[in-house]
Amino acid sequence: MADDYPKVDRVMGGPAGWISIAVPAVLFLYFIGLLPQIVDAPQVRGIDWVPSLDIRLSVLLDGLSMTFALLITGIGTAVTLYSARYLGQHPDYPRFVCYLLMFMVGMLGLVLADNLIALFVFWEITTISSYLLIGFHANSAKSRRSALQALLVTGTGGLAMLGGMIILGTVTGTFELSQILTMGDMIRAHPWYMGIMLLFLAGAFTKSAQVPFHFWLPNAMAAPTPVSAYLHSATMVKAGVFLMARMNPALGETSAWFWILTLFGGVTAVFASVMALRQTDIKQVLAYTTLMALGTLTMFIGAGTHYAIVAAMLFLVVHSLYKAALFLMIGIVDHETGTRDATVLRGLSKAMPLTGLAAALAAISMAGIPPMVGFIGKEFMYKAGLGLEGFGAIWVTAMIFAASVMMFVVGGIVALKPFRGDLAPTPQRPHEGPWPMLAGPLVLGALSLIFGLLPGILEHYIVGPATRAVSGSDHEVHLYLWGGVNMALILSLLTFLAGWLMYRKHEAIRARLTAFEARSPIDFDAGWDRLLDGFKGFAAWQAALIQNGSLQRYMSVTFLTFVVLVGLTYVLQGAFVTGIAFSTDSIHPIQWTVLALICAGSMLVVWTHSRMTAVAAMGVVGIGVALIFIMFSAPDVAITQLLVEVLVVVLVSVVMLRLPYLPRRSRASFRPGHALIAAGSGVVMTFLAVSIMAGDLDRRLTTYFEAVSYPEAHGRNIVNVILVDFRALDTFGEITVVVMAAIAAFALLRGAGPARRDKEEM
Amino acid sequence: MELLLAITIGVLVAASVYLMLDRNVLRFVFGLVLLSNAVNLLIFGSGRLTAGAPPLIDEGAYAPTGLVANALPQALVLTAIVIGFGLLAFALALVYRTYMTLGTVNTDEMRVAEPVADAKEAGQ
Repeated sequence: MADDYPKVDRVMGGPAGWISIAVPAVLFLYFIGLLPQIVDAPQVRGIDWVPSLDIRLSVLLDGLSMTFALLITGIGTAVTLYSARYLGQHPDYPRFVCYLLMFMVGMLGLVLADNLIALFVFWEITTISSYLLIGFHANSAKSRRSALQALLVTGTGGLAMLGGMIILGTVTGTFELSQILTMGDMIRAHPWYMGIMLLFLAGAFTKSAQVPFHFWLPNAMAAPTPVSAYLHSATMVKAGVFLMARMNPALGETSAWFWILTLFGGVTAVFASVMALRQTDIKQVLAYTTLMALGTLTMFIGAGTHYAIVAAMLFLVVHSLYKAALFLMIGIVDHETGTRDATVLRGLSKAMPLTGLAAALAAISMAGIPPMVGFIGKEFMYKAGLGLEGFGAIWVTAMIFAASVMMFVVGGIVALKPFRGDLAPTPQRPHEGPWPMLAGPLVLGALSLIFGLLPGILEHYIVGPATRAVSGSDHEVHLYLWGGVNMALILSLLTFLAGWLMYRKHEAIRARLTAFEARSPIDFDAGWDRLLDGFKGFAAWQAALIQNGSLQRYMSVTFLTFVVLVGLTYVLQGAFVTGIAFSTDSIHPIQWTVLALICAGSMLVVWTHSRMTAVAAMGVVGIGVALIFIMFSAPDVAITQLLVEVLVVVLVSVVMLRLPYLPRRSRASFRPGHALIAAGSGVVMTFLAVSIMAGDLDRRLTTYFEAVSYPEAHGRNIVNVILVDFRALDTFGEITVVVMAAIAAFALLRGAGPARRDKEEM
Repeated sequence: MELLLAITIGVLVAASVYLMLDRNVLRFVFGLVLLSNAVNLLIFGSGRLTAGAPPLIDEGAYAPTGLVANALPQALVLTAIVIGFGLLAFALALVYRTYMTLGTVNTDEMRVAEPVADAKEAGQ
């Protein structure tokens, strides 16, 4: 499946390939060089980025970030070397390299950032670049779906985390991790602690694929194999683990933290182990064991004791080494045989001895067999589990036991079975992979062995500083291969025994699990589809409700909003203005008459169903308004009003000649709901008018115009002077508007005829 | 008088809102005419009512003698009347053209941009 594309002739991916290998290699050496300085004292370096928002581009170099930086660049080198050969002839290989390097930058920034906001930005860079990488085979619908699923799940978690970060920043007054991590006691005592913690965990759990957010990770295996090896075993999915480890001094060590992390982590670990047995595609098997490892890491960070943190940091390194090696190994097998099916592959050791060696080294470490570093990891996990108190000890130990047994079985399935026995037929004739692809898995496998034999190096440079960074204490860390006969060793031996028995029966177990899964009503992946469908349905329902295409509905909502907002403000603020003259003594009978005419005219327009009556009534209203202008000293306005009123009546009448009659009065023609909205609008408007007329009047502008009208503009009619002199530009704009309206109306009327009337008769 | 004017404005607004909520576009246009009258009155009233003293400057004087009506709202209302008229003329042309093209003056039947079938489909 990896080979069905038109090949481009490139040696090791061409320049893109060389650059992509050189960048992580150089960075890896740089970080190795930094290591001795960081072992004793963490360092903070940085520059101001957005000073106004207190966002610094600062890096925090301590054991934890260095461990991750080394994993990212070290495994990154192996993966880019591998991809140059694996995908180097793919037409889109340069694009692939861009995504991969973008991801690497995001990941490095994420682990090194000292500023929470910067951490978030890098976190999202990894989300977006992983979206692009998972969907690299963009012509496959499955790839696209998996990519989108990963993006949505981790992106949503990321937003929750941003919320947590902002609240945390508000509580502590800083976004600098190096300061926040020293304020743990204050944060834990704060009333918002629970909210902050849950928001952070939402980000961590989605990124690190904890149950119930786990389903995206196995789907993400749609990505090219090197991507799976890099992102979904060693780096990106561990970003969530990193976040929990990083925040442990600030948010950890409470019972809520303990129980949430150990329960979710434990359930994830065991669930994933069982699911791993169920798979036949070896890549999927590895994907589920990755979930298991993430659950285990979460559980130990939650447990929080010294041994638990040591176990977590140790297992972090152990897992990255063997899992990246195994993923790369299965990529070679896939590349050279054309299949990854565990039920088909058999007897490859003769054809692919070096691949087999890499697989064996990694798998023995995964199974936790001495003298590999995986054994030390498992011993420390048991030690940490047994060292807890009460139910926590039983829970964690039981989960570790179950998960370790499964890892032993999976180790057999992925590395023993495909290579042992007689060669079984495969789609392609198997042969050994090329050196660039073998180098990574072999070196990583060898490191598993070297660290197992010489745990002191790991202890001094990696696990010790990392543990101190996570726990925030100065405990000494001591790693050893042989710890004497103790409970952990006995559990280890039991693990091997149970694992061996299960490996012998694993095909029968797989058949049972498949049958069970077929009956099981819980399917997270299908649930995800239903969730998306639900969102789409909700959006459609909401659009249909709000934007239903009825102008009446839109108008009602608009007017109702006006009534409610303004009316409610009046009621809540008690802003009814009094002090206006309520007396009607001084009102001349003519004024009464005019106002009554206006009211009667407007009511008549509403009441009548005859067009001519309505036009006449509108004329009455217009002339009534003109009379008010005359009575209250506005002769110019009155003249304009009269002219316009005549024009309105003429225009409306002309248009009406061409339009149908108003519908006859019927029982349905009175609309009580609309009447209520209309009455409400009227009442609110009245109060508004009263408030305006009873309020203070600022006459400064008027006084100015009165004073300068004649001396400066030589006009005795102040209104005219304002219009043509002081506000000449406004008047010019007004003329423009009228001309525009005339042009637009002309365009509308030109060529208008009863064209589609017959066709659309309703 | 101010109180009565405020009530008149309220009546005008109520009538125009009720008309604008009608599905017949002609009645909608009637509502528009009444609403612009109401708003003009409101602006005019906000400058206070002064009877019998137009904002004019007597011959030979440099400024109005005594208190005259507020000139500023009058200038604004003048502009508003003309703009309102432009709007009405355009709305009428639009109504006419709509009727010629669609054969209806009922807004519920003007569903070219938002067809009813789509809304129903989307709602399901």
